[in-house]
Amino acid sequence: MTTIIIDYEAGNLRSVARACAEVGLEAKISGDPAEVAAAQRIIFPGVGAAASAMQSLARSGLDAALVAAYSTGVPILGICLGLQISLEHSEEGDTRTLGLIAGEVRRFDFSDPGLKVPHMGWNEVRVTKPHPLLASLTPGDEFYFVHSYFPGSKDRSLVYAEANYEHDFCCALGQDNYFGVQFHPEKSGRAGLRLLESFARWRGQTC
Amino acid sequence: MLSKRLIACLDVRDGKLAKSVKFVDTKDIGDPVEKAREYYEDGLDELVFYDITASSDKRRILLDVVEAVAAEVFIPLSVGGGIRTLADATDLRLAGAEKINVNSAAVLRPELIAECAHAIGSQNLVLSMDIRHVKASTYCPSGYEIVIDGGRRPMNLDALEWALAGERLGAGELVVNSIDADGTLEGYEIKLTRMLSEAVRIPVIASGGAGKPEHLQQVLQEGKADAALVASMVHYGDYRVSELKRWLHEQGVKMRMSW
Repeated sequence: MTTIIIDYEAGNLRSVARACAEVGLEAKISGDPAEVAAAQRIIFPGVGAAASAMQSLARSGLDAALVAAYSTGVPILGICLGLQISLEHSEEGDTRTLGLIAGEVRRFDFSDPGLKVPHMGWNEVRVTKPHPLLASLTPGDEFYFVHSYFPGSKDRSLVYAEANYEHDFCCALGQDNYFGVQFHPEKSGRAGLRLLESFARWRGQTC
Repeated sequence: MLSKRLIACLDVRDGKLAKSVKFVDTKDIGDPVEKAREYYEDGLDELVFYDITASSDKRRILLDVVEAVAAEVFIPLSVGGGIRTLADATDLRLAGAEKINVNSAAVLRPELIAECAHAIGSQNLVLSMDIRHVKASTYCPSGYEIVIDGGRRPMNLDALEWALAGERLGAGELVVNSIDADGTLEGYEIKLTRMLSEAVRIPVIASGGAGKPEHLQQVLQEGKADAALVASMVHYGDYRVSELKRWLHEQGVKMRMSW
């Protein structure tokens, strides 16, 4: 079973690999589209700006490899920027993104001067619809977030969890064999490790 | 709703845990890797390593400590102390540090903030400031000045002005460390913390002076800090991390209570 953590010059991926190792999921960091195409499980992490991430994916051919992997039913976990650019559009630099999942990314309004930018720290994740990857969560579980933009979808059936900063926002989206989270499971203590453990066993079904 | 963070700072010298009082008289108090694991298991929200190793040839020891901790502690890990170049920051990031704290070197060469922020992202670049109360003057209108090199060298630089400059240059967070309060266990510098927290849009971590749980509550509420940093309080076993969090939670401070 090969698990690939996609490397597209968008942040330090070793913390994701370490957390995977902790739950028994041996994952390889790779930026090679051929390895992504052959992977049996894919983690699509990332931090940074949407536009430069998209350029980097296009340059390496990883965008096409990801689209192909999604269509063949390989379980994919998007994290933070990885989730954001899996949607159709991001307000960040008005960027057209991969479009694996119907949805768009918007910026927090931050009109309240007391609200710090970015949304950084631990916040409660409320499950709004059951999903195998969220099965281990208990009410009150918090996860670590760092972001200024948040994902959303007009198709409410794709939304699985919400958090609150300025307003309620979607922090987990999924469709078929794809699941994406805005928070960082690799930095979220045991709650995060449990989610990664669920991903290690997940066969790509939504219920 | 976002929780306030409890952060433990481990001062590391030659790979061992040390704690100073008013920045002098450091003494060794244990194994940092063991302490890190203990605090993580007990619900700590974030961990900071501050390297106070005098000689640069022993820097490798810190990288080993960071690497060992990153392999078993799955919360944000921040490292500071003696970071002068982007290469220092990159080495620490590869070893497993999420966030990099710059301090003295950024005061001497402010472009370091922009360089690091650009390369590793603003959200991972923390500007740590050692601040001393002085008489307000034209050089220092806020009455607080920046001191570098472990509290030994005053810079004639106003703390408020430097905080705003740091934010503009790309720092994603500020550590506000009061030299006057450091190690006294008599409480954080509330006025200073609040002044800076209200002046910037980035999160502020209060540091220096925590001795009682009440001090944490005070700085998180009255001082408007986003996070409180503790050291002595937990290192000597006077308080447990979980005990502090539970107490703060009971006082109505939003804390992460499930771990």
